[in-house]
Amino acid sequence: MHENRFHKRSLFLLAYIVFALLPIYWMINMSFKTNEEILSSFSFFPVHFTWANYGLIFTDPSWYSGYINSMIYVAINTVISVAVALPAAYAFSRYRFLGDKHVFFWLLTNRMTPPAVFLLPFFQLYTTVGLMDTHIAVALAHLLFNVPLAVWILEGFMGGIPREIDETAYIDGYGFPRFFLTIFLPLIKAGVGVAAFFCFMFSWVELLLARTLTSVNAKPIVATMTRTVSASGMDWATLAAAGVLTIVPGAIVIWFVRHYIAKGFAMGRV
Amino acid sequence: MSAVNKPVNQKAWFLILPVILCVAFSAIVPLMTVVNYSVQDIISPERRVFVGTEWFAAVMRDEELHGALLRQLIFSLSVLLVELPLGVLLALSMPAQGWKSSAVLVVVALSLLIPWNVVGTIWQIYCRDDIGLLGHTLQQMGIEYSYTGNATHAWLTVLVMDVWHWTPLVALLGYAGLRSIPDAYYQAARIDGASKLAVFRYIQLPKMRGVLMIAVLLRFMDSFMIYTEPFVLTGGGPGNATTFLSQYLTQKAVGQFDLGPAAAFSLIYFLIILLLCFILYNWMQSVGTQNPEETGHA
Repeated sequence: MHENRFHKRSLFLLAYIVFALLPIYWMINMSFKTNEEILSSFSFFPVHFTWANYGLIFTDPSWYSGYINSMIYVAINTVISVAVALPAAYAFSRYRFLGDKHVFFWLLTNRMTPPAVFLLPFFQLYTTVGLMDTHIAVALAHLLFNVPLAVWILEGFMGGIPREIDETAYIDGYGFPRFFLTIFLPLIKAGVGVAAFFCFMFSWVELLLARTLTSVNAKPIVATMTRTVSASGMDWATLAAAGVLTIVPGAIVIWFVRHYIAKGFAMGRV
Repeated sequence: MSAVNKPVNQKAWFLILPVILCVAFSAIVPLMTVVNYSVQDIISPERRVFVGTEWFAAVMRDEELHGALLRQLIFSLSVLLVELPLGVLLALSMPAQGWKSSAVLVVVALSLLIPWNVVGTIWQIYCRDDIGLLGHTLQQMGIEYSYTGNATHAWLTVLVMDVWHWTPLVALLGYAGLRSIPDAYYQAARIDGASKLAVFRYIQLPKMRGVLMIAVLLRFMDSFMIYTEPFVLTGGGPGNATTFLSQYLTQKAVGQFDLGPAAAFSLIYFLIILLLCFILYNWMQSVGTQNPEETGHA
């Protein structure tokens, strides 16, 4: 009975993994084929194996600059989000103050607002202040959902650090900045890593705002994919290769946070 | 945010000031712009007329909007009905430790890190009847499958895509809940001779309750603002079978540039979300007071 049950669960897990990986495998498979092969035959493995699609992406500036642009605004966004969220998370985790609960709630509402609601005003606002089509514009727009997220995650990790540590340090004559940077920050290293990971992730996967706020100079890879494809009449092979390359950064980073990812989702209420 | 014996310190406001400034710039200013647009008829940048609540009334009467809202509600509820049991089952099946556990965690979480438009692209090339594995196989089996031509097929494809994309979130949350159960509970259950079902019902499910509630609300809200994946996969079609709220709003705002109605619609949409948030927040606070040691650091 017990054995039987065990097998059922393993089978289910296996079935799910196949369900999860098959679509991704199909895209990887296509990325190594030529367009002619994709449209003319149907096979599980590339018959005429080619790196040409990846070659095109790495040599054509209109493709690879998309990756660079995405990396730039994601990096700016992650740094700003974590930097402003650190002191705020400390305040929420250690003190009570006028309106603390309301501010916390207000932050949550920003995480839950559909980006589509802010699409129009962002467009107008950034045009007015001359930030359209810059990396900063996208980075700032993504703060909308990443700052609340970082605050929530960091607050969760800080809650696990006993307050006696702060008190001892203050008695020993540490000022707040020195205590925070030299004692407290090393204690919540893991939390900072997890918060940074989630900011990276949500900025990386977002399309709507990133596409609307850019046109040429800061055009992210996600927008390059939707536009180039419709213009050149479905270049499936290149599209597949570009898609595979967008998965790579996430797939690498995820290994480092695998033990924290579930906890992070629970704390960030993402 | 547990309120156990925290000292009152108004200076803490200085610590949250940077966050307030950042989010004010990216939330309050845009929101005020929306409010401003929603009560004006903008004929040209120089000519605008105050119209009061006319746009709100127009939006409330909009048949297409009612359709989109109804489709959205049905979709969000279907998402919950499928993803929740599937996610719990998956969480129960995931190995608890060792390299297998790490590998499974990474594989399961992978779909969460794929850019949303690439999720659409993956399913597009997976489901097309000429080049897609799934679409082609279904055709070979004699099923007239076409997500671009048949409204039901399109809707189901979007649903399966969302299940593929987001079930891992439910599974990971459930998995985190399961890992917080001390071994002693299982030992006690074994001594009592409890069945697997009883263990699930009386030990595992209660321990997962907190994280699963978070999962329910997150999935409901996130599916409520789904945009990119159906936009890439079906473009909202065929007809408007998969046009959900965000897509409809974007069409109005950017496609047709109907500033007034789009702004009024944005505000109504925002208020619906705000209501949901309020319920969620109060619910989480009440769980926090019932069970402080669990929500304090989990």
